[in-house]
Amino acid sequence: MNRIDVCFSKLAASKSAALIPFITAGDPLPEATVAVMHALVGAGADLIELGMPFSDPMADGPVIQHADERALRRHVGIADILGWVRTFRERDAGTPVVLMGYLNPIAIHGIERFAGEAREAGVDGVLVVDCPIEEDAFLQPLRDAGLERILLVAPTTSEARLARAIDAAEGYLYYVSFAGITGALKLSVPDVAARVANLRARAGVPVAVGFGIKDGASAKAIAGFCDAVVIGSALVERLADAADVHAACERAQTFLAPIRKALDEGRSLR
Amino acid sequence: MQIADYHAYPDAHGRFGPYGGTFVAETLIAPLEELTAAYTRLRDDPAFQREFTDDLKHYVGRPSPIYHARRLSQQVGGAQILLKREDLNHTGAHKINNTVGQALVARAMGKRRIIAEAGAGQHGVATATVCARFGMKCVVYMGAVDIERQKINVYRMKLLGAEVVPVRSGSQTLKDALNEALRDWVTNVADTFYIIGTVAGPHPYPMMVRDFNAVAGREARAQMLEEYGRLPDVLTACVGGGSNAIGLFHAFLNDRDVRIVGAEAAGEGLATGRHAASLAAGRPGVLHGNRTYVLCDDDGQITETHSVSAGLDYPGVGPEHAFLKDTGRAEYVGVTDDEALAAFHLLCETEGILAALESSHAVAQAIKLARDYPKDALILCNLSGRGDKDVHTISKREGMEL
Repeated sequence: MNRIDVCFSKLAASKSAALIPFITAGDPLPEATVAVMHALVGAGADLIELGMPFSDPMADGPVIQHADERALRRHVGIADILGWVRTFRERDAGTPVVLMGYLNPIAIHGIERFAGEAREAGVDGVLVVDCPIEEDAFLQPLRDAGLERILLVAPTTSEARLARAIDAAEGYLYYVSFAGITGALKLSVPDVAARVANLRARAGVPVAVGFGIKDGASAKAIAGFCDAVVIGSALVERLADAADVHAACERAQTFLAPIRKALDEGRSLR
Repeated sequence: MQIADYHAYPDAHGRFGPYGGTFVAETLIAPLEELTAAYTRLRDDPAFQREFTDDLKHYVGRPSPIYHARRLSQQVGGAQILLKREDLNHTGAHKINNTVGQALVARAMGKRRIIAEAGAGQHGVATATVCARFGMKCVVYMGAVDIERQKINVYRMKLLGAEVVPVRSGSQTLKDALNEALRDWVTNVADTFYIIGTVAGPHPYPMMVRDFNAVAGREARAQMLEEYGRLPDVLTACVGGGSNAIGLFHAFLNDRDVRIVGAEAAGEGLATGRHAASLAAGRPGVLHGNRTYVLCDDDGQITETHSVSAGLDYPGVGPEHAFLKDTGRAEYVGVTDDEALAAFHLLCETEGILAALESSHAVAQAIKLARDYPKDALILCNLSGRGDKDVHTISKREGMEL
């Protein structure tokens, strides 16, 4: 059984919402990534989304764009990122890791090669932002290697496509809370609640909600009606100017722990 | 690969063989489906086509002539060079064909806010122009670096009522302007229409932009038959994203005896790495919503390009060109900055035509080709735009302060 599925079945038993922090691999410092991943788990992360930097991140807002630019200035590539996952696995065999990125770096690396290497490194799932379900055949090697292909669902997703996404879903469905880029301030909890309720009733996998969740209060509000909350830009921004590994870990910990606490307080509401 | 009918592409999924497609984030799929449905309906609507044709005639000034560059041909000493004069269109380039068409689609879809990306600014100007004419709100995204080197076009856009937004991410050039326009669109999907300026982007853009530009090739084919009694031996055009080139080539794709050569920007030379020749020196990848040839490093990061002409300075290329390259129907070769500038001067001095730096790449290629053909051969070159916008760049490069 894939670590993602194990993670969500445990959480379902405890009626907790999963907390999924997103960080950009190699930012703020390449040497900090593995340590920050452990710090996030220590502060209550259930699953980690690790962003693979890209030169043209067209779905991302300024915070993650700049994180990608910083990482690329330090020449962070797929080999580095997979190496960090491998190192992370030496001390953490259980926390699922999902790689999130854009198609070109994976395509140039070679999709089959990437799939094999990612699986071997201990990656559990892959979310390719610019590869919608229409182009799914392209990523078949990921599934063949045993990686779960995480799909996005947006407020604009049509009924016909929603049905296809639900059919093809593995790991969890990532519901994009509003039409916009990462880190924007457009979150409307009632709108998300209605859409996610419909999605959860039909999907055979858990539903995570991301985009616009930035602190304990917004996480708690969203967690009341979904299986997982994803927090990206707010965390990446907090880490951005950490001067060293120690500072980055401390920031990760102090950022995430209160959100974990808020989610746990909200558990009784679920 | 044997292709029976090049006009059968793209397929229903927007694919030209293995290229093209819809590689965008989930939120944009719905507006793209809506656009595909609307455009597919309008394409077969006689009233829409009538209005488009009428605008091309009375607003753009079509048809553009084919001009026999006799003195240039004589000087070169080979085949006869013919110029399709897209530089004579309203706003001075082929770009207006596409923006007139897309503005009509936007109006039919009830969208009142238009966004566009700009590199050299010709597409930005052509978009601002049609928005002024239709009374639509216009926002143009342009790299901060390009704003600095294309000040005149930026001011033209502002005169036309457009808001020009500087883009400071990435390399601050055309590719980043495209990213930012896509981010705007994903945020404002309900009321906004994105007028892409070239035959790239996700489906249906490569098809739709081609269809609107293909008028040049249809005209040229008819003009050749009428005025010369035959088709040309060779076609050539410059290729950045590739919209003027596909516009000329498309009507001739099934005329197998017509050789087709695209001229990419070889910048300081392909060997130097400072160029923008995606087809000649790139590899298949995915950029801005479609699978095509891209310039990137071994990690898949898109590399910065170089060309003396801002309009060719793009690390991708339209997917139909990628398909034409792989099938062997068209050849793509590099033309350096220096070759383009030499052609610019020669055309200026022999024919009294000041070509855009982009188009000067095509002229340079036509000159090279002409030397290999006999005097009675005909080479048709797309003169896609006029060069007034480039006078500053050229004078600066040649050490003259204006």
